[in-house]
Amino acid sequence: MKDGWIKRNLRAVRGRAYPRVIGSTREPSWILFDVALPLLTVAAYAYIYKFMDAPKEFVGFVILGGAMTAFWLNILWSMASQLYWEKEIGNLSLYLMAPISRMSILAGMAVGGLFETTLRAASTMAIGILVFGIALSLSSPIMLIIVFIVTMISLYGMGMMFASLYLLFGREAYHMSNLMTEPIYLASGFYFPVKYLGFWAAAGASIIPITLGLDALRQLFYPTTGAAYRFLSTDAEAIILGILCVVFIVLSKLSLDYMEKLGKTSGRLTLRWQ
Amino acid sequence: MGDTPAVETKALTRIFEPKKKKEGKTVTALDRVDLRIEKGELFGLLGPNGAGKTTLLKILSTLLLPTSGKAYVAGFDLEKDFVEVRRRINMVSGGEISGYGLLTVRENLWMFTQFYGIKSRDAKDRIDSLLDQFGLSDKRDEKVRTLSTGQRQKMNVVRGFVTDPEIIFLDEPTLGLDVNASRVIRDYIIDWVAKGKDKTVLLTTHYMAEADQLCDRIAIIDEGKILACNTPANLKKMVRMNKTFTLDVTLLADKSVLGTVKGVDKFTYVDDAEKNLTHLKFVLTDESAVSDIVSDVLRNGSKIVSLQKTEPTLEDVFIKMVGKGFE
Repeated sequence: MKDGWIKRNLRAVRGRAYPRVIGSTREPSWILFDVALPLLTVAAYAYIYKFMDAPKEFVGFVILGGAMTAFWLNILWSMASQLYWEKEIGNLSLYLMAPISRMSILAGMAVGGLFETTLRAASTMAIGILVFGIALSLSSPIMLIIVFIVTMISLYGMGMMFASLYLLFGREAYHMSNLMTEPIYLASGFYFPVKYLGFWAAAGASIIPITLGLDALRQLFYPTTGAAYRFLSTDAEAIILGILCVVFIVLSKLSLDYMEKLGKTSGRLTLRWQ
Repeated sequence: MGDTPAVETKALTRIFEPKKKKEGKTVTALDRVDLRIEKGELFGLLGPNGAGKTTLLKILSTLLLPTSGKAYVAGFDLEKDFVEVRRRINMVSGGEISGYGLLTVRENLWMFTQFYGIKSRDAKDRIDSLLDQFGLSDKRDEKVRTLSTGQRQKMNVVRGFVTDPEIIFLDEPTLGLDVNASRVIRDYIIDWVAKGKDKTVLLTTHYMAEADQLCDRIAIIDEGKILACNTPANLKKMVRMNKTFTLDVTLLADKSVLGTVKGVDKFTYVDDAEKNLTHLKFVLTDESAVSDIVSDVLRNGSKIVSLQKTEPTLEDVFIKMVGKGFE
């Protein structure tokens, strides 16, 4: 109890991440629902490219897009609506009453979700590579790690911001998730290079970190083909993603503070069925 | 008992405005509440539904801001020093369904200890010890979703105490539990306050006997106002001047006349259609009113099954103060 603020908050992050981490081993049904089923969608696109005699790398693009889809769905259906569901099941008041930063709770959810989803995405990638015989030619492992990390931090930062906003929307949150699921498949170029949307549409879609992250990962896994179909250079994309990390973390903190203040004033923060 | 009170409120007021002006009316949940709870006290808050008990607990546990007035917990201002307050408190509510069903009881409790910065090893030792005291050791590695209602509530109570708070808020902690589960929880609360140095409990309950058994002092609250605050014995003295009677009669359709009998201060009733009985309870200022009551009952076609003079209980105090029972 006498530990410092940072230590206490790190413990809180670990504590909140735990249910997600352990959940992936307790409920193995996710292998069917979250790996095998999404592969069917990916396979459909892969066969379209094969049928069209498109460059082999395009199938790799699709597999990569399919794997990254898992992160976006995790943000929308788990991360963003999490605080709302925590309120409904009675956990939110216990979190808000604890002597920690609310950001630690969100960070714990993000870390747990990231771990769980990385397992799913990696499984999708591995199975896709095996089934479709994809060859990857990784050019810069360090840059790959950097791009992946900044993509994930900015993406989960966005998810943390959504979590507070969804709490304000209440029961409308489901509609928000529905609204943002399908269009993103188009806008973020999950199954095709985003450059083909045109510069301004791609630039607009870049507010969603996964757009630039995916484009950069494709360039890093397929240096020649990836570069030919790139939207921006990997350096530029990494820098923009770095900026988005800061923007979304700051916005998530601001929206969380606003949500808490509003909730404490209006009294609706811990009321269910709102 | 220390100098700084565990809880102090000064003219604490909480008003809830409707979301849209047309949709409802303004509700004053707390109306200038002044309360002082000393360290080491087991303090009870009695009131009917909607009296303001939970609103008060939400404010004291930093989940809600007052509209006006001040509140201090462990000497800290709730609005300015809420993190210091949070370090010293915990809360358990009856019927709580907190935690995650896929975690085991031990994992679930461990998770909550991490929000209070307790080292893992210390947390696990405390959890094991408390589970043992609550008779849940054999459920330690069971998933939370497999627990019965009573076991789950015991786990919730363990969650509240495992962080070793200075002050714990218990909002109807034995709600809906069987006799044994309630007894285990009550015994632990008594023991915790007795053995801990300056450990304080603020308890809300619907069960008068529970409040009578547990609490050093009790405040009766209704419509956001504290109507009385004293020890159970002193509260009961307040109605000792009055006489209390219970009367069981065959099902009585019209009870309205009983409230107008001269000498009746307050009365409550419960109909038991299954047994064809009406249980009446009277607080009388004049004992001779009994004959008038009996006459009225007989005149209404009902028969007397039993008549008993009773010692004043907290329920009588409650009826006198609030003007109605919990039923």
